[in-house]
Amino acid sequence: MKILVPVKRVADPDNANKMKVSSDGTAVTSEGLEKKINPFDEYAVEAALRLNENATTKESLGETIVVSLGPSDVVTTLRQPLAMGADRGILVGAEDGELDSVVVAKALAKLAETESPDLILMGKQAVDGDSNTAGQMLAEMLGWPMATFAMSVTVADVGKALIVVLEVDTGVLSVKVTLPAVVTVDLRIVAPAAVKNGVTADDHAYNEGPRYASLKGIMKAKKKKIDQPALADLGVEGGPLVNYAKFELPEARSGSVNYVESVQELVEKLQTEAKVL
Amino acid sequence: MADILVVGEILEGNLRKNTLSAVRFAADVASATSGAYDIIIVGDGADAAADEAAKYGARKVIKAQVDGGYLAEKVAATIAAVAEDGDYKIVTATAGTTGKDLLPRVAAKLSAGVASDIASFEADGDDLTYRRPMYAGNIFGYATITSDIEVVTVRQTEFEAVAEAGSASPIESADVVEDPAAERIEFIGVESQSSERPDLTEAEVVVSGGRALKSAENFENVLEPLVDALGAAMGASRAACDAGYVANDLQVGQTGKVVAPKLYIAVGISGAIQHLAGMKGSKTIVAINKDKEAPIASVADYFLVADLFEAVPALTEEIGKLG
Repeated sequence: MKILVPVKRVADPDNANKMKVSSDGTAVTSEGLEKKINPFDEYAVEAALRLNENATTKESLGETIVVSLGPSDVVTTLRQPLAMGADRGILVGAEDGELDSVVVAKALAKLAETESPDLILMGKQAVDGDSNTAGQMLAEMLGWPMATFAMSVTVADVGKALIVVLEVDTGVLSVKVTLPAVVTVDLRIVAPAAVKNGVTADDHAYNEGPRYASLKGIMKAKKKKIDQPALADLGVEGGPLVNYAKFELPEARSGSVNYVESVQELVEKLQTEAKVL
Repeated sequence: MADILVVGEILEGNLRKNTLSAVRFAADVASATSGAYDIIIVGDGADAAADEAAKYGARKVIKAQVDGGYLAEKVAATIAAVAEDGDYKIVTATAGTTGKDLLPRVAAKLSAGVASDIASFEADGDDLTYRRPMYAGNIFGYATITSDIEVVTVRQTEFEAVAEAGSASPIESADVVEDPAAERIEFIGVESQSSERPDLTEAEVVVSGGRALKSAENFENVLEPLVDALGAAMGASRAACDAGYVANDLQVGQTGKVVAPKLYIAVGISGAIQHLAGMKGSKTIVAINKDKEAPIASVADYFLVADLFEAVPALTEEIGKLG
């Protein structure tokens, strides 16, 4: 199937606690932090690759296109999913200030109209903004059904539908979506048996997590096409609807850690000091 | 004067308690702007849920019955139609998985911007600014929305559930609006683990276990006695869920549930940034871990450096003595 995978470049999530706010409070800075692909989008890339391959014969079953939005150096971020095995890329040129979830969704909707993918597979949220909205808005703009927080995907009806299991507050929910559809993924989509395309042997167990790019994959990626239309060229109307006037660091928790020597001391302190028992 | 439409959540044929946090937000905005709030209930069991919702001080409750399991495609159009006709400034829901799934879809129908998972707001006349966590809770951003209607989901732990009001709100019915997208999705089923324990997001005490517990049996035999001695809810780290020791819906963190109980006990949890994002708002945090330097120390109030397989049973016994 033809799968579009939007990916976002974010500052190193494992060092999110090193993000700073500018002295006038109007911007966040990620000085010195490496830029990486949003982890949930990386899982979406892996899920797309699993859907589009026969894992045993390595035969390709479809086209995987990765898309991002941002300044031209985001091209570097796109090389990674291309090295993992995606077929081509699209980078919509835009400054960060021109983008919010709505603009991103509109731009992706325009691309979907031209590319006509069977499936748009993306991370449930970007770990910088933590908004968890773009995929849902995109589905609505296209008039497509959607499945969010996906932990597993199984191809059904000879490739015309997907059975998706979603992680919800109270447990797990199963739905069947007729393609084309939008699916946003959660972290367990890259568990060994989470993606079943009906072609790869049913008992095939992938490694946990997204695949590493091989050296061969990295070399091949350099030749893969990355189109670079400007945001204005897509015909997206309207700018961001959500703006941030200022940012701040959270209040630090008061006090420092109190190491206790024993269970008895812990209970005593919880009773008399913290007064929670 | 900002009028707010609260989208209520139905769970097992009745109003889900987490809705009351969104009602609190709505009541606060109404109070700050001399506006009013209504509650809309669309789904299966709308009658019973609306009767319950009518206890919480809304100007009116609007209901529409839609059979079968919840799917955003089945209810979003009805909610958007009511939002548009009713001249609301804000449409809101609690930021659980349903709210996060549904409200952006409603927002797109209304050409509205969304502020997700907000912690608080400020009102300057009718102009609202929303403070929300970003970067796994390491930064707070102050967001404003420029569309006519503003869509907001609220973090349950930051908005205390409203209490029942004195009198019942009037209830009216809305027409269901069909959406073609609903024809292309089918609800197959929900699997939940029922538990006698308090809900993770509502409990006053939460005890969470990490991968150091090593097995589902150990969660059952070592951690659960402590959980129950405290009358607590049980949570877990991502690693423990991934390893299959407990069900995924117990996961606490940026990717799971955000909790802020009076007491949070982290057993054998190292304290990855993504886990901290889900619990650092807790009032008192206790860590039990073999590693004195584990990152959890950066948020813990009390830290017992010990082997959890010795410390937890001992702690369970001490708690038992408190009676």
